[in-house]
Amino acid sequence: MKAFATLVHLLGNATGTLEKLHALSHYFSTADPKDRVWVIAIFSGRRPKRAISTTQLKQWCIESTDLQEWLFEECYHTVGDLAETIGLLLPPPSSNTENLPLHYYIERLIQLQNEEDKQKKKFIIEVWQELGKDELFVFNKLITGGFRIGVSQKMMVNALAKATALDASLVAHKISGNWDPQTISFDQLLLNDHGNNDDSKPYPFYLAHALDGEPHDLGAPSEWQAEWKWDGIRGQIIKRNGTYYVWSRGEELMTDKFPEYNSFIDSIPDGTVLDGEILPAKDGQPLSFSVLQTRIGRKTITKKQLVEAPIAFFAYDLLEWKGKDIRHIATAERRALLEDLITSIQHLPNIFISPSILFNNWDELISIRENARENHAEGLMLKRKKGPYQVGRKTGDWWKWKIDPLTIDAVMIYAQKGHGRRSNLYTDYTFAVKDGDKLVSFTKAYSGLTDKEFAQVDAFVKKNSIEKFGPVRTVKPELVFEIAFEGIAASSRHKSGVALRFPRINRWRTDKKPDEINTLDDLKQLLAVYGK
Amino acid sequence: MALITFTDQGLFCEAGQFYIDPWRPVDHAVITHAHSDHARWGSGHYLCHHDTLPILRLRLGTIQAQSVAWGDPVYKNGVKISLHPAGHIIGSSQIRIEYKGEVYVVSGDYKTEPDGISGSFEPVRCHTFLTESTFALPIYQWEPQETMFNKLGQWITRNQQEGKTSVLIAYSLGKAQRILQAITPVTQNIFVHGAIWNTHKTLQDHGIHLPDVQRVTPDIPKEKFKSSVVIAPPGAIESSWMKRFQPFSTAVCSGWMQVRGNFRRNNTDAGFAVSDHADWKGILSAIEATGATKVFVTHGFQSVLSRYLNEKGIEAAEVKTAYGEEETTSLTENPDE
Repeated sequence: MKAFATLVHLLGNATGTLEKLHALSHYFSTADPKDRVWVIAIFSGRRPKRAISTTQLKQWCIESTDLQEWLFEECYHTVGDLAETIGLLLPPPSSNTENLPLHYYIERLIQLQNEEDKQKKKFIIEVWQELGKDELFVFNKLITGGFRIGVSQKMMVNALAKATALDASLVAHKISGNWDPQTISFDQLLLNDHGNNDDSKPYPFYLAHALDGEPHDLGAPSEWQAEWKWDGIRGQIIKRNGTYYVWSRGEELMTDKFPEYNSFIDSIPDGTVLDGEILPAKDGQPLSFSVLQTRIGRKTITKKQLVEAPIAFFAYDLLEWKGKDIRHIATAERRALLEDLITSIQHLPNIFISPSILFNNWDELISIRENARENHAEGLMLKRKKGPYQVGRKTGDWWKWKIDPLTIDAVMIYAQKGHGRRSNLYTDYTFAVKDGDKLVSFTKAYSGLTDKEFAQVDAFVKKNSIEKFGPVRTVKPELVFEIAFEGIAASSRHKSGVALRFPRINRWRTDKKPDEINTLDDLKQLLAVYGK
Repeated sequence: MALITFTDQGLFCEAGQFYIDPWRPVDHAVITHAHSDHARWGSGHYLCHHDTLPILRLRLGTIQAQSVAWGDPVYKNGVKISLHPAGHIIGSSQIRIEYKGEVYVVSGDYKTEPDGISGSFEPVRCHTFLTESTFALPIYQWEPQETMFNKLGQWITRNQQEGKTSVLIAYSLGKAQRILQAITPVTQNIFVHGAIWNTHKTLQDHGIHLPDVQRVTPDIPKEKFKSSVVIAPPGAIESSWMKRFQPFSTAVCSGWMQVRGNFRRNNTDAGFAVSDHADWKGILSAIEATGATKVFVTHGFQSVLSRYLNEKGIEAAEVKTAYGEEETTSLTENPDE
């Protein structure tokens, strides 16, 4: 556990990528092999199911420290992290125990899933009395999840590549998909050829960089293929040995969530992997992302939902064909194979090819892009026709070229302290527009300001808070911000009647006064134009 | 009429016609300590501890002032004023005022653990106590100074082994002098930023025993800094002034470093929770030791501490003051202040 606590400490304290990479690869070369597997699992979102609820942790901490519940809550909202709050509140360890490996704690937590609350409490309290501050924090984190220490998939892959002397793209592929950290060994996962050959295994997604500015610098338009950039869930459909799997970009297996795909899957030959977008669509026409939201997170899907929120697959790439990995061949060639395949089955509902957009010159494409929002797209994708399908986010062959966001000027009315590195700073804000002489809240936003601006707003909130409701402060409506967002939909759950997609702070409008902000009518007009 | 009232100028003693740590110019100011949020420019006359006066003069220029020793009373209009060690920084004092049998104590900033240079916090019995609350949350439990100084020393040693300069970020008055005790057992090769140098010289000239340090000046060749320790104020983080120390490693010494998020947004290599303020338990024990039946809570987690005290049966109320700017916002302060 000490080695893992040190790793988390180093990763959390590191100021540069290189330092993190070094700490990770050192861990992957030296730590207990079983622990290494768990670290890969944890940092790639394969944490075991939660055995203990946050409410239980909170309750047991309150009992152990003899604090009032409100005082505990104050601490939590200041620290912004439950695991850390508990680590800071508990007294130093009373007994010094031996240094047990990480997998011991994880395996015990997994066992506890099926045990009585009494057993759970006994184990947790015992561990709390034994572990030092750093280990206590990571132990609690194992339960609450979300280490959030800035370890990207790419960084972990690179660290593993360094530690095992394997090629990074091979490592990325090996650690993707379905594997059980409880049963697989480090060697099976990474080093043996036959250790982890399951049929469901997806390929690492190729991710695009954002195109800043104009596309003219990319060279001849004829070298590029353009498609809409859809606003859905990036997904891979895998069909091997008569079974199919649907993976999201976040490496979540979503096969059962979209029964619509049963309608075409029999027509796709074995040994096929499609990359594309999981999108709500009616008669082949994409619908708003808000329709898809009604389906995400549901375990059982009713007939009504299937009718009201039908989900289709818009394919844009072919990664495996006739059982062979074809990622190395050129985009144009993969596209030709994909078109052949989809044409042969396109009479079936729910699967479509994401059309390539014809254009003769960049200026023409610039004006086509202006229509993205009407097409329920976020912009365009540009793919170099000669390029291969790469691993992860690589510059050069794929570009996403998003349209400018919608914006609205609003005033901040509530503030709450943030989490992680924004601990004890008011960084989470709620914004309002004008409705006559009233203010109507319509969105929260957490990002878009620099650290310096956050510090200034924090100071403003501390000086100008009116009332306190738990962790939330009502603030004198004085600071005006431009809020940017990607889309807007009607919502009965919000007072304003609208829900925004990806709201964030675009800039602080220090030049504007609160009475110069937008109105609820302005929002409703945006809804009328873009909310369908 | 209460002995102390809360006005737009600051804490006012009407009977004695003086203010304590006023934030606007007044005729008579009694000063707890020389930090800029407590000792402001423009008042007609200042009263403070002997060790505070030289810094006050350094920071405020020519002023009319009187200084006293701890425990020596001064009378103003029949109000008895005395200063008592607060343990916060050199010269820092609690202000005790007594009038017609009623006693108020204004804590200023304080810490309960003796740090070796600031005097030991002295509990003073009173009816009404005004306490700061910078770290008044149970998550703030300091480790003993010795433990923290050992960690700091180890960090410097590790940097030396790696051929790096250790840059310690600390407030120029208080922390910068205190942490010298952690550094001198490891190295005598200590440099300080100009802002800290001025304070250091002033204190040494005044007769305070501090180890010798060297001022960072443009003419010092880069090699001289190799494996040394440099103390710099918060504004120096990520400034071009730091370039001359490369390769270096940075650490912040502040109570805020207790929480990971606070540390992480600093973008420094290490953080040591060494504070010149009392932690949660320190504050509670200090309040208890005063025997006060009424407590006013200022700058920090006022609402938390006053609610907690009220629930414990000690009458408490929050007071808004203009203090607390130094330790919370000066992370962006100008290094050339």
